[in-house]
Amino acid sequence: MSHLSVELTAPNGKKYTQPTGLFINNEWVASSKGNKITSINPTDESEIAQVHAAEPEDVDKAVEAARAAFNNPTWRDMAPSDRGDLLYKLSQLVEQNKEVLATIETWDNGKPYQVALNEDLAEVSGCLKYYAGYADKVHGQVIDTGPNKLAYTIREPLGVCGQIIPWNYPLGMAAWKLGPALACGNTIVMKAAEQTPLSILVFANLIKEAGFPPGVVNILNGHGRIAGAAIAQHLGIDKVAFTGSTATGKEIMKSASVNMKNITLETGGKSPLLVFDDADMDQAIKWSHAGIMSNMGQICTATSRILVQEGIYDKFVEAFKKQVSEVSKVGDPFSDETFQGPQVTKAQYEKVLNYIEAGKSDGATLAMGGEAYKNVGEGKGFFVSPTVFTNVKSNMRVFREEVFGPFVVIVSFKDEEDALQKANDTTYGLGSAIFTKDIVRAHKLARRIEAGMVWINSSQDSDFRIPFGGVKQSGIGRELGEAGLDAYTNKKAVHVNLGTWL
Amino acid sequence: MSGLFVELKTPHSGKYMQPTGLFINNEFVKGVDGKTFEVINPSTEKVITSVHEATEKDVDIAVSAARKAFDGPWRKETPENRGKLLVKLADLFEKNLDLLAAVESLDNGKAISMAKADIGMCVGCLRYYGGWADKITGKVIDTTPDTFNYIRKEPVGVCGQIIPWNFPLLMWAWKIGPAVACGNTVVLKMAEQTPLGGLVAAQLIKEAGFPPGVVNVISGFGKIAGAALTSHIDVDKVAFTGSTVVGRTVLRAAASSNLKKVTLELGGKSPNIVFEDADIDNAISWVNFGIFFNSGQCCCAGSRIYVQEGIYDKFVQRFKERALKNVVGDPFARDTFQGPLVSQVQFDRVMSYIKAGKDAGAKVEIGGKRKGEKGYFIEPTIFSNVSEEMSIMQEEIFGPVCSISKFKTKDEVIAVANKSNYGLAAAVHTKNLNTAIDVSNALRTGTVWVNTYNTLHHQMPFGGYKESGIGRELGEAALDNYLQTKSVTIRLGNALFV
Repeated sequence: MSHLSVELTAPNGKKYTQPTGLFINNEWVASSKGNKITSINPTDESEIAQVHAAEPEDVDKAVEAARAAFNNPTWRDMAPSDRGDLLYKLSQLVEQNKEVLATIETWDNGKPYQVALNEDLAEVSGCLKYYAGYADKVHGQVIDTGPNKLAYTIREPLGVCGQIIPWNYPLGMAAWKLGPALACGNTIVMKAAEQTPLSILVFANLIKEAGFPPGVVNILNGHGRIAGAAIAQHLGIDKVAFTGSTATGKEIMKSASVNMKNITLETGGKSPLLVFDDADMDQAIKWSHAGIMSNMGQICTATSRILVQEGIYDKFVEAFKKQVSEVSKVGDPFSDETFQGPQVTKAQYEKVLNYIEAGKSDGATLAMGGEAYKNVGEGKGFFVSPTVFTNVKSNMRVFREEVFGPFVVIVSFKDEEDALQKANDTTYGLGSAIFTKDIVRAHKLARRIEAGMVWINSSQDSDFRIPFGGVKQSGIGRELGEAGLDAYTNKKAVHVNLGTWL
Repeated sequence: MSGLFVELKTPHSGKYMQPTGLFINNEFVKGVDGKTFEVINPSTEKVITSVHEATEKDVDIAVSAARKAFDGPWRKETPENRGKLLVKLADLFEKNLDLLAAVESLDNGKAISMAKADIGMCVGCLRYYGGWADKITGKVIDTTPDTFNYIRKEPVGVCGQIIPWNFPLLMWAWKIGPAVACGNTVVLKMAEQTPLGGLVAAQLIKEAGFPPGVVNVISGFGKIAGAALTSHIDVDKVAFTGSTVVGRTVLRAAASSNLKKVTLELGGKSPNIVFEDADIDNAISWVNFGIFFNSGQCCCAGSRIYVQEGIYDKFVQRFKERALKNVVGDPFARDTFQGPLVSQVQFDRVMSYIKAGKDAGAKVEIGGKRKGEKGYFIEPTIFSNVSEEMSIMQEEIFGPVCSISKFKTKDEVIAVANKSNYGLAAAVHTKNLNTAIDVSNALRTGTVWVNTYNTLHHQMPFGGYKESGIGRELGEAALDNYLQTKSVTIRLGNALFV
């Protein structure tokens, strides 16, 4: 259907066919009102393409397709090992198409191409392959209560799952959601982020090529307030999984109550990274730099508050600034030298600049950066200089609120108790990091930090085999690892009466 | 015979290059003593080729290679990469399915349709264990606030694996899959009757990208190479599938040498029980498959059939008719169901049990003799009028020979079914849910089938009670055979005894 695709040439010369429709029942369709979302290249503010945006009516169609597929014996009665084989095939197709997919990620999101190719895409195929292996390993239990009963549990899929994913790792986030959901036998209505709608549509063709039956995976683009809301409140959806801001997460939670659908949320963070005076300073600098400056700081688990023990504070700040100036090369993401590309959209760019103003007006010290960066190409693009604030107090907005940019606050602490108090002084609880050589301190603090994840002597060091998620207002439930399967199954208990007769 | 490869031909695959050496460190080599032995085609009784024979010295070399690999790069390999290699191996099995099936039919004599199904199951099994590699978790256990405790699951080390001839490649996959997924290294010895498929598959190990020494595959005799493996001081674990008699020898050798860990899959004399309320046509179909599949050369064959008296006569009549429809013949013919027995020795053994049955006064309902003049073919044989003390009711025959007997009540048949030193499998045919569960609960066997037979799956544990074995293969359970547990306690406080 040529009116639902366009031929594009990416800035790195790669030519490919970009689908632009909605992917429902393994087919491309136009949106019901014909409304479009325009995707902007954040590097130079040019328009890349327009794609169809789903209305509530389109969400209805997708849900209908997913429901029919869920009830269809082809998917419902498929042997778990065969489901695993389909996921495995999908992971191989991603691997085979990784250059074009990475190209689109960089073009649409702004992340450096080498990172998109070697990290993001490896994560996608690795995660899908990991969950392919789980499909036939989700076991119920047999529970012995005595000779009068055979009791067992069945792990059932939840049904039709709405999945709303963010723009910071477009394909990575899709894989994190699709992997466990499909391994457990669910069907999907996925809404990609309006900021980065393109790569998921090319990926959708691989779903069909891998052999998933029609309707098992449906992929829509659309606005959060329209298509996302329609999903969250849909009576025909059994579960919604959302990754995005805490504010939107709360809306989703409220909407989901309409039919008490199961929910899992991955929301924001203001993760603390603690550096004690016995830490390996060189490693602490390198990891803490990567921990906030990677992905343009657009990471939910970014360790955006660095807490440094007072005795090494000044030395740390100087070394950190040096690391930023040496490593954080801002530039065109298609250039291999670039470490930091643009922020994903104008809105995100302006948000970061606003926090720079807030930091200054609240009286924090601007130690580095603090302005837009206009030296890429012809001076366009949503680039922000990597920014460091020091002398930050805990009541300042820049200490409390998630900035989601290459923006870090560095605060000093006295001792373990002081460090813990400051680390836990947040409504969030997603990631955290501790730099120390003291094994007792490391393990003890790991227990007392209020966070879903603790990195000891590293940061952002995630692995799709290890549970990922937050406490407090950073989320509900866990993704990844074996734990990620719990979000996509019900346990049904079956009691067979063998001897209790009335 | 001096080379390491020979050109062979099968009707299904055409010509192919058959490796004949010992596969050690990803290379095929001759045996140190230069010995070889012949491999016979059981359909024609002719020699297919000779292969190199591993003696004690070659086992030493193979174990050494496995140890070096275990202590070296393999220990540092990530679980994810171990899994990737296994999945790649599965893909290669799938790609080479027709060739591997053809070699299986040539060497073992099983029908080509059955051989292809076997290879399909190899693919599933290897892929399944490929998926387990990075999902083997230890635990964190909270005892007191001043300790941090965790359990690590670690590989056992160098594993000796001795496989039988009845499902050569499937047994190869069942052993290598979990062992390698858990991070061990392997020296696997094929059965002397059927070394060919395992050697062809060994090439795929190298092609998949396994580092040298991780999987070593050798041909040899039980009494020589097998004995060398089971008593080797540097082998940490041995897994054996074969007869109960040899299983005892393996256990003794392990005890006398270095107390290596042992798992055994041994014989069976599995009862196939049909209640009056069974769906008779389904039951007949499964009972027939249960004993005549693979020419009855299954450890879990349903070789003792107990039919409730109300339907006994009808059942026997229809079972006879059904069994006579089993096509016995050339394994490469498309509609062949049953091929020859694997060797002269096995043929003679089964024929002598048939004679014993006749001599003891049992009635031959069908079969009871050789089929044709050439090849180790025996007709599907059903004995009736049997009593429990007859050798054909007590001992494992391992051929297309079954005995059928009647029973009155549930309790009676449970008692007679359990009255065996074996305990591998059993089946219950009934439409009554409570009968199915009650009888399953009461049977002392590692597997109970309800309204089916011989349907194994890589997800479900398989193994024996009593003298049918130690440990379980397949499923998550198989991983336990190839792991050991290390408990780590990190003190987070001061000394206790100041």
